[in-house]
Amino acid sequence: VDLRFTDEQQQLIDTFGALYAKQATPERVRAAEPLGFDKALWDQVHEMGVIAMAVDEAAGGWGASPEDLALIAEQQGRAVAPVPVIEAQVAARLLARLGDESSSAALAAALAGERLVTVALHPGRDGRAGLVPAAAVADDAIVLDGDQLLLVPLEGARLAVENLGSMPVADVTIPADAEVLASGPSAAGALDAAVDDFLFLTAAALVGVGARALELGIAYVKERKAWGVPIGSFQSVAHRLADSATALDGARLLAYEAAWAVDEEPARAAELAAMAFVFAYESARDATYRSLHYHGGYGFMMEYDIQLYFRRARAWANVYGEPRKVYRRVADKRYGATGEAG
Amino acid sequence: MDFRLEEHIEAFREEVREFVDERMSEELEERIYRTGVSHDDDFTGGMAERGWYAAGWPEEWGGAGHDPLEIMAMREELHRRDAPTYSIGTTMMAAKAIMHSGNEELKREILPKALRGEVIIVLGFSEPEAGSDVANAQTRAVRDGDEWVINGSKMFTTNAHIADYVFLLTRSNPDVPKHKGLTTFLVPLKQPGIEVQAVFTLSGERTNITYYTDVRVEDRWRIGEVDGGWRVMTGSLQDEHSGGFGVRLGRLLTEAEDWAREATDDDDEPRIDDPDVRERLARCATEVEVSLLLHRRAAWMFREGMVPEAEGPMNKLFSSEAMERAAQDLCEMVGPDALRSYFDPTAPRGGRIEYALRFSIGTTIYAGTSEIQRNIIASRGLGLPR
Repeated sequence: VDLRFTDEQQQLIDTFGALYAKQATPERVRAAEPLGFDKALWDQVHEMGVIAMAVDEAAGGWGASPEDLALIAEQQGRAVAPVPVIEAQVAARLLARLGDESSSAALAAALAGERLVTVALHPGRDGRAGLVPAAAVADDAIVLDGDQLLLVPLEGARLAVENLGSMPVADVTIPADAEVLASGPSAAGALDAAVDDFLFLTAAALVGVGARALELGIAYVKERKAWGVPIGSFQSVAHRLADSATALDGARLLAYEAAWAVDEEPARAAELAAMAFVFAYESARDATYRSLHYHGGYGFMMEYDIQLYFRRARAWANVYGEPRKVYRRVADKRYGATGEAG
Repeated sequence: MDFRLEEHIEAFREEVREFVDERMSEELEERIYRTGVSHDDDFTGGMAERGWYAAGWPEEWGGAGHDPLEIMAMREELHRRDAPTYSIGTTMMAAKAIMHSGNEELKREILPKALRGEVIIVLGFSEPEAGSDVANAQTRAVRDGDEWVINGSKMFTTNAHIADYVFLLTRSNPDVPKHKGLTTFLVPLKQPGIEVQAVFTLSGERTNITYYTDVRVEDRWRIGEVDGGWRVMTGSLQDEHSGGFGVRLGRLLTEAEDWAREATDDDDEPRIDDPDVRERLARCATEVEVSLLLHRRAAWMFREGMVPEAEGPMNKLFSSEAMERAAQDLCEMVGPDALRSYFDPTAPRGGRIEYALRFSIGTTIYAGTSEIQRNIIASRGLGLPR
């Protein structure tokens, strides 16, 4: 057991932490609303190699470890930075795994920064994919339609949707003539593996969202006085913040373990990714609620930053699914699909 | 980062597991439950023979020098089978206090016997009127020449009826702030003036209330300075706070999973195919994982020379509350059959799920209630004012 970061990992945390602290300030985050996309920041993180890091050298990337990607995601969450890094990384990893000619071409364009490619987390229905993450600003979306995995150009095929979390999501119309990246069981398998990636990375991001929200809440209750004492001295306040600190520490360890397991314990990786996601969501959901609530009326004001975190904790997770759905995914990975475990 | 336990830890775990499997029988498990006394001379004797009473103590103190993660793995294996080790824990807490603060005579007389498993020492901290606020102890110790005269009562002195000594927290000075007027003693239990009365608990465990009436102990039984008892006691408690319930929770999960694979619904479908059952099991499995990770982190910090001031309480708080949540939820999942009692021949999975519900309730109370753990996390972890 070794829970220390390597020097390189610490450097990664410091670099992205400093970047987001400077370039994803609450003012910049608000300025990017309601679309939820900061083009200048996106160009900057792309330049720093966030897509290249996500894929192996053989596929033209730098081959950073899944833990490294999780650490970057956590920093993004802390700043609620308006850049679709996770979506683009998940799509790039999916294209790299497919590895055929058309996928490689799409990956090359994504690596070069010519195309922003995202992925629909759920299969299309009736020729339409709903609430596709990053699809309001991406160039292409990978969509599973029936038993075909398609590369859908988004220009003219999307309808951006204003939403709770100020995410650049869009409803996407699937054209009849989209390029086929894979078909048959391998298409569904490829999406399933991409969902695993999305889950462990978003888990880390949600840990960042929750942890930063908790810091805002703690700072506030230390300052704010009622009846002559800081409200953080009341046990009804302190104890629930202690619960959130505990849950978020657990969520962070679980997110890191899920990232570590991708290469080190592949047999459990999918189960751990779903566990990490749902536990991080519940922890961030509760931490953002509590921190907002302990701001009193100020927490309800748009002017205070805590609302930025409250909205994203919910939106970033629920765009994939609510807890019970994710627990059922944990069960599927742990016991096999229904009908296989009895 | 590396989440894998090192080979030497897994090897030690295997050694403990073999020992536990060899000594723990269904009969012993039932006897422990029926009598409520979690002690077995053969089991504790075997632990002592292997040097596992002081498994984590440094070798110069007569310990086996196992590292904190090896100790964690050992405890996991003992918890997995509910092995009767309660007396070892209390004896070694007192032994640690004697090692740190006792006089040379006391060390010579008690420590070798404690390490060999030849004496049982129980804890006399809580009182009828002082639980979490343990520094409010009212049991009086009054000096009389070279002796002390003790009067009062102690709650939850588990195993007092089979023990040799009680590690006793007393009020030696009522005229100073409460933390500054406490003195600790090792009091021989087999002497006039001490009465042990059984107290039965929801988990089936027998504990005791002990009464002390004009009990005389020589000054040589004092541990640490006069009025210095608070430091002696808190020093011995440090380890108690690092306990976690992840493995017990894991055992409950396994029972519930086995039930779900065996039981069928009205249409003869296995219950494990029911989405509601799957959600509940998956939630429990997730909380097992988090509990084990929080424990692992606290043990790892110890090994690396860090003090898990807030991280230890987080481990205890989360895993005990997860234990309660899961026991309640899984009982409801099983339905009416979950009411069938532990060791009742008709009970599913031997009634272990029913037992877990009763067992779980104590876990958020003893060894520092959840409220105490939250106080520690809030003040030392989050820096909130008290």
